[in-house]
Amino acid sequence: MEIIKFLEAFTSDNLLARTSSRRAVFGTFGTLGKKAALAAIPFGLATAPSRTFAFQDQNAAIGALQLALTLEYLEAEFYIKALESGVLPSGSNAEAIYEQISKHETAHVDFLMAGLGDDAVDSPVFDFTAGGMFDPFNENGTGQEVAYAQLLALAQAFEDTGVRAYKGQAGNLMGTPFLTPALQIHSVEARHASEIRRLRARVMEMDLDQNMLGWITLNERGPGMPEATQAVYDGEENVIQGGVNLVNATNFDNIAVSQSYDEPMDGDTASAIAGLFIVS
Amino acid sequence: MKKIPVKVNLRESSNTRRQFLKIGSLAVVGTSLLLSCNNDDDSGMTDPDDVFDLGSGDLGILNYAYALEQLEAAFYTSVLDGSYWMSAGAEEKLILEDLYKHEVIHREFFKAAITAAVNGDSSKVLPELEFDFSSVNFGDRNSVLATARVLEDTGVAAYNGAGAYIQTPDYLVIAGKIVSVEARHAAAIRSIYMDDPKAFAGDEIIDANGLDLAKPPSEILGAVGQTGFIKTEFTANQLPEE
Repeated sequence: MEIIKFLEAFTSDNLLARTSSRRAVFGTFGTLGKKAALAAIPFGLATAPSRTFAFQDQNAAIGALQLALTLEYLEAEFYIKALESGVLPSGSNAEAIYEQISKHETAHVDFLMAGLGDDAVDSPVFDFTAGGMFDPFNENGTGQEVAYAQLLALAQAFEDTGVRAYKGQAGNLMGTPFLTPALQIHSVEARHASEIRRLRARVMEMDLDQNMLGWITLNERGPGMPEATQAVYDGEENVIQGGVNLVNATNFDNIAVSQSYDEPMDGDTASAIAGLFIVS
Repeated sequence: MKKIPVKVNLRESSNTRRQFLKIGSLAVVGTSLLLSCNNDDDSGMTDPDDVFDLGSGDLGILNYAYALEQLEAAFYTSVLDGSYWMSAGAEEKLILEDLYKHEVIHREFFKAAITAAVNGDSSKVLPELEFDFSSVNFGDRNSVLATARVLEDTGVAAYNGAGAYIQTPDYLVIAGKIVSVEARHAAAIRSIYMDDPKAFAGDEIIDANGLDLAKPPSEILGAVGQTGFIKTEFTANQLPEE
């Protein structure tokens, strides 16, 4: 049974082996302490309750985790390269924020690789210029200022995509021990997304408005966001939840209602967005 | 094993006894509470038959979420009535106003959704709770933001911990839609309140695997009970214990 393989993959030995090989690939980002890893993994599994209803399709669960891993590869490599690029001012709050996010994304890669075991997909080869559209690491002479703006814009787009993509896969993980850890990653991505918005607003010296507090308004990508990122926000304008039109049910407008709920994104849409940055 | 209702009573006094938040699990509540309960003669208590129980299965989880959203909405309503918010800086003022709106919208969603799910049988819908925020100083920035931080982090931990108990896929997705907004709130409050630029997702809440908090209903209700914020007694005897 595939699910047994899943569970076996979560043994400590496997985790450490995977973590080590991952480190070899990514170089010096050894943020995951061995003792911490040993302590944390069984805890995650221990919190998963026994189920009284059938497991979902195991292939769907594996597919969900493989998509998640692909998105985490994208984020992890993006933040590592961002920190190496010299675009972020040394010693700035922005650098500290990117360090913290980078730590989490690399940990997510390790965690999902360990969870998937033999089903783990390899990292794609990424091109963060998206075929020359961007130059977030200032490798092609766009200049520090523009590169910094793109570095922040892409971070916001990646984080908001992550939030929506995990949400879209929750149903495929129902009844598996991976639902709770996936939810725990999902809310970390949301914390990141919130922080990047406020950081962007400060760095770009934007006027204070609804788009820079930390949540998504309607389907607005927000000021300064490239049009290429619009797919990340399409559908976020929804105001009907569980059949209840919350504009009608409350005294609040569609701005506040849309902000109150983040919308899921299906796997195809998430793959298409990630695909903009994937060479092979 | 049959569960024994436990009355959580932290600030017990002989005359004016607070209303109690009861929860179903002994294990997470703590020894001192257990002692006070065991010595309790129940005089002055509400008849257990009159106390609302959150219910079982998805209904229980929805009522549980409704209780937490009522708490958050009531808190931010008080924040916006307070002198700190009136004179707060522009960004903080906007953030707290949005949090107020979002939590009220979440609260109203659960009221409508639960009422629909039980075909209008109001005996199964958690009633409007009464709150006591006298321990919060709404004129003081630290008091307001420290409380907001706890409530938002608790909300994230609660939804993350409840997800695995939800049996209906649509409810799981809706919980997911809400929890990420709670996480956005938590990060915002942390970043305006705490000095550390990494506090939005600090190491004390995010573990070495990059995972956020996730806590079972019993633990969340125990912690909420300890705040003394909820005056209305209710039980959670049919929710999962861990």
